[in-house]
Formats: sequence, C-alpha cells, structure tokens
Amino acid sequence: MRRLNPSLVAGGVIVGVIALMALLSFVWTPYDATLVNPSGRLAMPSWEHWFGTDKFGRDVFSQIMVGSRTTLFVGVVAVGVAAVIGVPLGVLAAMTPRWPSELIMRTNDLMLAFPALLLAIMFGAVFGASTLTAMVAIGIASVPSFARVIRSGALQVMRTEYVLAARAAGRKPFPIAARHVLPNVTSLITVQASVSFAIAVLAEAALSFLGYGTPPPTPSWGRMLQESQEFLFSAPRLAVFPGIAIAVAVLGFNLLGDGLRDRFDPKLEDRR
Amino acid sequence: MPESPTPAAAVQVIDVVRDYPRPRTSLLRPAPVVHALRGVSLEVKQGERFGIVGESGCGKSTLLRLIAALDRPTSGQILVEGNEITDLPERRLRFLRENLQLVFQDPMSSLDPRMRVRDIIAEPLVVQGHPASRERVLELLDAVGLSSDAGDRYPHQFSGGQRQRISIARALAPRPRILIADEPVSALDVSVRAQVLNLISDLVDELNLTLIFVSHDLSVVKHVCDRVAVMNAGQIVETGPTGDVYAAPQHPYTQRLVSAIPTLERALSGATTADLLAKGETA
Repeated sequence: MRRLNPSLVAGGVIVGVIALMALLSFVWTPYDATLVNPSGRLAMPSWEHWFGTDKFGRDVFSQIMVGSRTTLFVGVVAVGVAAVIGVPLGVLAAMTPRWPSELIMRTNDLMLAFPALLLAIMFGAVFGASTLTAMVAIGIASVPSFARVIRSGALQVMRTEYVLAARAAGRKPFPIAARHVLPNVTSLITVQASVSFAIAVLAEAALSFLGYGTPPPTPSWGRMLQESQEFLFSAPRLAVFPGIAIAVAVLGFNLLGDGLRDRFDPKLEDRR
Repeated sequence: MPESPTPAAAVQVIDVVRDYPRPRTSLLRPAPVVHALRGVSLEVKQGERFGIVGESGCGKSTLLRLIAALDRPTSGQILVEGNEITDLPERRLRFLRENLQLVFQDPMSSLDPRMRVRDIIAEPLVVQGHPASRERVLELLDAVGLSSDAGDRYPHQFSGGQRQRISIARALAPRPRILIADEPVSALDVSVRAQVLNLISDLVDELNLTLIFVSHDLSVVKHVCDRVAVMNAGQIVETGPTGDVYAAPQHPYTQRLVSAIPTLERALSGATTADLLAKGETA
C-alpha cells in the first residue's frame, strides 16, 4: 500500500469540498443568493443567516456558495485555455530544431515578463468587463508557464531511447509527439494545471475586486470583498468570509499541486 | 559516387566523420568541436556477426546511430545493402526502417513506460503499415521466451532481462535483415547476461540475420561475433576475425584491452590490476 502524502490529501479534500459546494448550490442554497431583503440588512451571523447578511440583506453564506461556481468556472476555463495553447507550444519547442525553438521560447519569456493583471485589465478595457474576458485573459497569461514546464518535460522524453526506437521503427515527428511525448508528460500537465488553477482563482478575485471581472448581480468572492470595503470598520465580517473562502481555495489548489508533484516525482517512484 | 566493391555487403561505412559542435565559450573564438568519429571505414558482410568494441565515449554509439540513419555524418558515406543512406530524407528511408532494427542498452529507458508490451512490440508493424495481428505478437513473445499474457502488461512489471527480451521481440517484429545491438547486456545482472546473449545468438542463426554487436566487453563480443573491430578515440584501430584479434592483438590499444580481461590463470598467479596495466603498456 502506497503512503498517502499529506499535501495531496489536504488539497484533495479542500478542492473536493469547494466542488461539492458549487454543485450543491445549483439545487439548494439556504436563501436565494440575490434576494434583496431591506428589513434584514447587515445582520450578524445567526442560525437563520450563518454568515450574516450584506448591505442589501442578501444572505452571505448563500453568496459564498454560488460564488464558488464562478471561481471554479473561471479556473477551469482559464486553465483549459492555458493548457490548450501552452502544451502544444511546449512540445513544439522541444521537438523543433534550434531556431524555431528559440523563437517560441523567447516570445514566451516576453509574455512571462508582462504582468498578468495588467493584461487582464487591458482585455477588460477593450472587450468590456465580463467573466468571459477575465477567463480568457487569465488563461492567456498562464500560457507561458505551461509552455516552459511542458517543454522541459518533453525535452527529457525526447532524449530517451524509446523515442529513438520509435524513430528507428519509422515513426514521424507528429505521431511521436502524440504517442510517446504527450502520454509521458501528462503528470506534469496535471501538476501545472493545479498550480495554475490556484493562480486563476486569485486573479479572478482580484479582477472582480477591481471591477473587471464578474459583473453584478452574479455573486463572486472578489466582488463581495470589494462591496465590503465601506463597512470594513462597522461590519468587518463581510470582508472576512469571502477573504477566507479565497484563501482556502488558493491554498487547496496549491496543496493539491504540491501533492501531485510529490506523487509523480520519478525519484520517489520506488515508493509506489 | 564510387562503385561499391562488394554489392553484397550488408553495411558499408566509408571514411565517416562526425563532429559535434560544443556550446561557444567565447564570443570571439569559434565554437569548439568534439570529434566523435575521425574517418571510420568498415564493411559488414551479409549474414556476418560483426562486433565493435571500445571503451565508453570512443564513438561506438555514434557510429550505430549513423548506420541507423538516426543521425547524419559530417562527411563520408554509409551504404546499407548497397543503398547510400547518407543524404536520403526520412521519407525515403522506408527500406532501412523495415530492414534494420536496433536493441538498445538500457531496457529501462528503451521501452515507453506508458505503453502496453503488446503495443510496444507491434509499433514497428503499425508504423510500417503491416498487419499487426495478435498472432504475430504472440509468436514474437514466444520466440523470445515470454509468456503470452505478457502483452497485456506494462514494462515496469518486468525484470531487466525480460525487458531486454521485449526489446528484442520488438526489433524482430518487422522481420529485419540486419539487427544492431548497442551494449544489449551491459545493463543487466551477470546472472541473466548469458541467457540474453544466447537468445540473440540463437535468433540471429535461426532468422539468418546480419548482426552488428557493440560492447565495451571483449569477452562478450568473443562469445557472439565472427569478426570484430576495435575502436579507440573515434577511430577503428584494428579489424579481424574475433579469434585472431583475441589471440594475437596487433595494435597497442587492443593489446591493453585483451590483457585486461581477467582470466583464471592470471588470478591464480596472483597478478594485480597494476601488473595487467604494466604488461599492456610494455607489450
């Protein structure tokens, strides 16, 4: 029996709970997350409202639940965009001769140097603030790190004797990429996806906080944080709950990424 | 293009040079060059078992890669079964990919860990458009002494010796006429070396193959090959029938190699490594 590593378990549990919460929110929330109730504004946490209510009397717990959908949705699409562009670029950079490879990687470095949040704000300014622009912008900003990691993994695979053997059998470069390189970098892709997910969650919160992310009334953790600003001294709990939600989600995906990395580390292979 | 003197030669290497550029160390000076092969010529006849010996880094593996057209020479010519392969593009190398197969040194890294053994063995068949039937894979597994259920498993479920058998089965799949073995037993436990060597030897006989066998171990080559070439620092220093080279080495490097082989008499007479080296030096 293989030893379970603590990061993997903790990360898995946190991510699992968030995913369950998001799924549950489709069928049940304590209150309608967007229901305005003027008579019950800024209520303290109680049995009726577990996390209290905000300035419009909306139930904070329900909003956190529905907000997790936005967070996961943005994460999935952003990581998807990053992987779909970044993985082929990385493999291509590893398999092409020197000059095309250098061109891809130096362009990549250029993008890596460009601040991700600035890119997202530019996108928001040009295409209008929406969840979609936020997702795509975060995704594009995550492409370079994907391409780097996958390139280094693919380079290692290209040096193996089984790739040499495949060439000696007459395999062409594209089938080699599909049949040998990609299957052998899947563990790297998984790890990188998890780490990028954490970054995407944080970026979405930051964008919504700045007003470039999810527009109202769709609940989003980042915007909840922003709306809580004016009550920071009178009702700090309004900032605390979404803040904790964001921090826990980021922690969860980072732990999961770390755990997966340890799990797939070839140096620990004999432990499996 | 010079007319090939013996059209029957399986592999002919004519004055091949392979230089590798190293990364530049200075902006002003040209990049340094490693001379992996410095003018190598050899000829392997059809059906011959040809050995290449030499220490690590002497260019043996580079030579094999050039013969298999996995790398291109800096200058010189390589002919396989009378066809010049030196400047052929990959798409015109089909005859080579079908007729020449390799077995690599490290059975850990020469089998894709993510593929089932069945798919590994069938890969050359699938790539070359032959029917990769289940029967053919079973036949190959049987030929190398593995059980028929081995095809459903993954490489990490096998021992080193078994993996090398899988490599051999895969190499034989497209019914090649030339088999190249690059140190096929040096990564294996001593206890299974003889088995794998005998397997290669038997299959080469049975299937009437031309074998090019590379090793740093002269005693292994003596066991398998008819003729041997001794390589040192990117050059072939001596070629001849294995028995002759072994019994009466001509070149000082070969003499050192031969005298370094541990034998029972030397061990009994109390010779040490220092003695062996001294003897090699003066001989």
